[in-house]
Amino acid sequence: MRRENTIANMDWLTVFLYLTLVFFGWLSIFSAASDEDVVRVFDLSQRFGKQILWIGLALVIAIVILIIDANFFSTFSFIIYFSILLLLIAVLLFGKTVAGSKSWIEIGSISLQPAEFAQFATALALAKYLSIRNIDMGNLKTKLISVTIITLPSLLILLQNDTGSALVYAAFVLVLYREGISGAFIVIGVFAALLFIITLLFGELWVLSGIVLFTALVILLFKKIRKRFKIILAGFLVSIIFIFSVNYAYENILAAHQKKRINVMLGIEKDPHGAGYNVNQSKIAIGSGGLKGKGFRQGMLTRYHFVPEQTTDFIFCTVGEEWGFIGTTVVIFLFVFLLIRLIFLAERQKSHFSRIYGYGVASIFFFHFAINIGMTIGLAPVVGIPLPFFSYGGSSLWAFTILLFIFIKQDANRMSVL
Amino acid sequence: MYIKDYSSRKIIVIGIFVLVALLFVIRLFYLQVIDNSYKLSAENIVLRYVTQYPARGRVFDRNGELLVYNEAAYDLMVIPRQVKNPDTVALCQLLEISIEEFEKQLNKAKHYSYYKPSVFTKQISKNDAGPLGEELFQFPGFYLQTRTLRHYPFPIAAHLLGSIGEVNKKEIDNDSYYRSGDYIGKSGIEKYYEKDLRGTKGMKVLAVDVHNREKGSYQNGKYDTIPVEGKDIIVGLDAHLQYYGEQLMQNKNGSIVAIDPTTGEILAMVTSPGYNPNKLVGRERSENYTTLRNDTLKPLLNRAISGTYPPGSTFKMINALVALQEKAITPQSEFSCKGRLSRPIKCTHNHKTPLALEEAIAQSCNPYFWNTFKSTLEKTGDVKVGFENWYNDVLSLGFGEKFDTDIPYEVSGNIPSKAYFDKLYRGSWNALTVRSLSIGQGEILVTPIQLANIVTIIANKGFYYPPHLLRKMEGTDSVSAKLTTKKVSAIKPKYFSIVQNAMLQVFEGDHGTARWYKMDSIQQCGKTGTVQNPHGDDHSMFIAFAPLENPKIAITVIVENAGFGSTWAAPIASLMIEKYLKGKVERIVTEKRMMEGDLIHGESR
Repeated sequence: MRRENTIANMDWLTVFLYLTLVFFGWLSIFSAASDEDVVRVFDLSQRFGKQILWIGLALVIAIVILIIDANFFSTFSFIIYFSILLLLIAVLLFGKTVAGSKSWIEIGSISLQPAEFAQFATALALAKYLSIRNIDMGNLKTKLISVTIITLPSLLILLQNDTGSALVYAAFVLVLYREGISGAFIVIGVFAALLFIITLLFGELWVLSGIVLFTALVILLFKKIRKRFKIILAGFLVSIIFIFSVNYAYENILAAHQKKRINVMLGIEKDPHGAGYNVNQSKIAIGSGGLKGKGFRQGMLTRYHFVPEQTTDFIFCTVGEEWGFIGTTVVIFLFVFLLIRLIFLAERQKSHFSRIYGYGVASIFFFHFAINIGMTIGLAPVVGIPLPFFSYGGSSLWAFTILLFIFIKQDANRMSVL
Repeated sequence: MYIKDYSSRKIIVIGIFVLVALLFVIRLFYLQVIDNSYKLSAENIVLRYVTQYPARGRVFDRNGELLVYNEAAYDLMVIPRQVKNPDTVALCQLLEISIEEFEKQLNKAKHYSYYKPSVFTKQISKNDAGPLGEELFQFPGFYLQTRTLRHYPFPIAAHLLGSIGEVNKKEIDNDSYYRSGDYIGKSGIEKYYEKDLRGTKGMKVLAVDVHNREKGSYQNGKYDTIPVEGKDIIVGLDAHLQYYGEQLMQNKNGSIVAIDPTTGEILAMVTSPGYNPNKLVGRERSENYTTLRNDTLKPLLNRAISGTYPPGSTFKMINALVALQEKAITPQSEFSCKGRLSRPIKCTHNHKTPLALEEAIAQSCNPYFWNTFKSTLEKTGDVKVGFENWYNDVLSLGFGEKFDTDIPYEVSGNIPSKAYFDKLYRGSWNALTVRSLSIGQGEILVTPIQLANIVTIIANKGFYYPPHLLRKMEGTDSVSAKLTTKKVSAIKPKYFSIVQNAMLQVFEGDHGTARWYKMDSIQQCGKTGTVQNPHGDDHSMFIAFAPLENPKIAITVIVENAGFGSTWAAPIASLMIEKYLKGKVERIVTEKRMMEGDLIHGESR
């Protein structure tokens, strides 16, 4: 009875978008990972073969989630959250180091990355906390607890030396914004990021003069704003302190390879063989695709292992090279369509828990989408996070599937919420 | 309480999504459609990844004689995907092949891979490669790849040095280092020390234009990796001794193994008939290999490690040592001999009776050792326990198991176990049942290298180092512990003196079975063996070491179907000892007789 309801009430459009993206993802992996002419699709010694297995398991996971009672996840949100935190600590103690990050745990012959699974747990916990009756986002305590829920897993992942996965948690700002924190937080955040970049690019003196000029202009031109002189002055002072601390933070807090990645992205450093190598190769591969692309399995550059990490973090290169601008636009469109659909679904929820969780899902997908594609085309620093549904790997695919299908289940069940 | 509705903020969130997506699309439009520089850099240059093969490590003997080095040769490689409408006739003329052959090779390459290079024509000499290289620009997809061929200045020790050959599918699957057309050690040292000898391949990235012309290093060689040369190896062989041994053994079936008792290094390992190692090099390799493999005399078999023989009389010393250790006899114990009337084993030698141990060894008296063996087994009152003790002592002397050092294809021989006899005789057996073991016949099988090792143990009075080839590897100070770990036998050192003295008498005594090959300047110790052989005439066997004090060489010689140990094996062993210790041989008459003796083509012995 319940299962029939689920099937009838499920948002099949979202499921369709999910399956389409997963299918395109597999095609790209197949193309990038198979450099022989005669290949067996189910060759389990190859990545494209294994990915079929991972996809199959992902679908099993999806079905299991759809069968489980919808209230299960909201009821056990905190238990799931704390279990994952324990797992993250366990990884720090007993984990396996791969490519400099101690983030893998081995269960038999399967290696899992618990950091991937911490995302849905955090989304659950945050949704659970913010859906408490009469909670007030304006309250400082609420803000502090929310931020704690978000940053705990992030810090543990940072300790695993997996900066990319730790940064993902910044995405939850969007959830908090929707639930009522002041937009100023986002504006100030964006403004700080801009200042950071401009300072690194042009030096402190130029930025300082710029801010002085800007402030003077504001005071001179806008009479209305002039009355809030104190705020303007405070902003002015904070900005100045900020730009002087940028250099300090940059020189003393960031690791050498992180600085290098930022420098390359900003174009301060040309380093086509070191940190910029991946990005440069990736841009060549995508650029060479042209309008229509070279065709399926015709991408010379990706197939010749020209682009590092071509089946994982740089899978978008294969799309760009083989399917051209048309292909990349379609993929971007599919992602944005999925994101907007998720927001739409979230807004139609009666239960706060479901809505907040839905925003969490959309935010996490958005962050991965923005940073991953951004880095392959040189718009974001290389931070090594996967492109959802596309990148090779069981852990990430399963984690994204769990994340999404919990929400689909919540949505299917929205009518029975009182 | 009034809760503010923030649902309008969804517009901002969606706005951010769309903004980022638009930014991406604009950027991609610029990268993929407007900006041509990426398309140029990607499409107008075809990159060619040329493997840089390192020079394979050379092999030297203990005195620095070069045994194996490299000669340059070229393979014509093809990448099927890049082959575009070639002038087949012209290329066939250049390569001196038929069009059918051309098609066959190209299809073979396509079958392997469109993208990866395959070998089209193997091992083109330096002289032919020059003119070919100049014409090759007309044929996109074809290029020359430098390879190294092995060359052997001394045509000796073919089985030990081994050979290299093209990798097969299985070898490629097992080790991702190899690509089709690569060479790998197939036997001997080349196989065992493959990873040290091969070095590490490098990769050169070349830019190639649409006319298949190399435009030099891509981006100034930033992506190139430099090959690392293979390590040179010094083996314990003495090239001159090895050569001399091969000369002595020509036209005979059999083998010689000589070991330096102080280190376990193999000084010479001859197997006859053998072959010239230069035959298994280059394009002729597979044809010659087939010929050698089909030869009824089995020249490819290394008899020194894969041939198994009953040890015959040489095993009597081992039984004597075990009996002394188990306190079944003392050096003074005497047993009588009734010559041909002796039971259960007769004696064919003329000597006085009764004998003590030392004389019994020198005279190789069968009844004496039957009684010794019987005493060993019956010492504890339980034959099975006595046999277990005998078995363990024999194994501690290096029999019945492989040494498993750096010589591939060794076999373990056979020392029958208690379990074997229990099964064979359904549990009911005694010393009499297994009496053949007392004189080294029956189920016992040993390899020549094991016999050489037992001489080493006798020479060293109780210990040995596993016989091995490697003396030194370039870049390392010590040889792996597996090769240099001292092994101590179960027999106490004091019991060896009497065996050594008995072996001395074989050369020095008035009735010694090798008294004709005695040298005044060197005290040699030895033991003959005339091994009964169900397949034909007896094998002539001899084991020896020299000098008596501070032995420097331990040797085994087996000449198959040659009759008495003293006729062929003993003089060959003695000549080898002379050659090694003196550097030259003065007993020219004996030397001539040995070298000219033809036991294969039916000359009289």
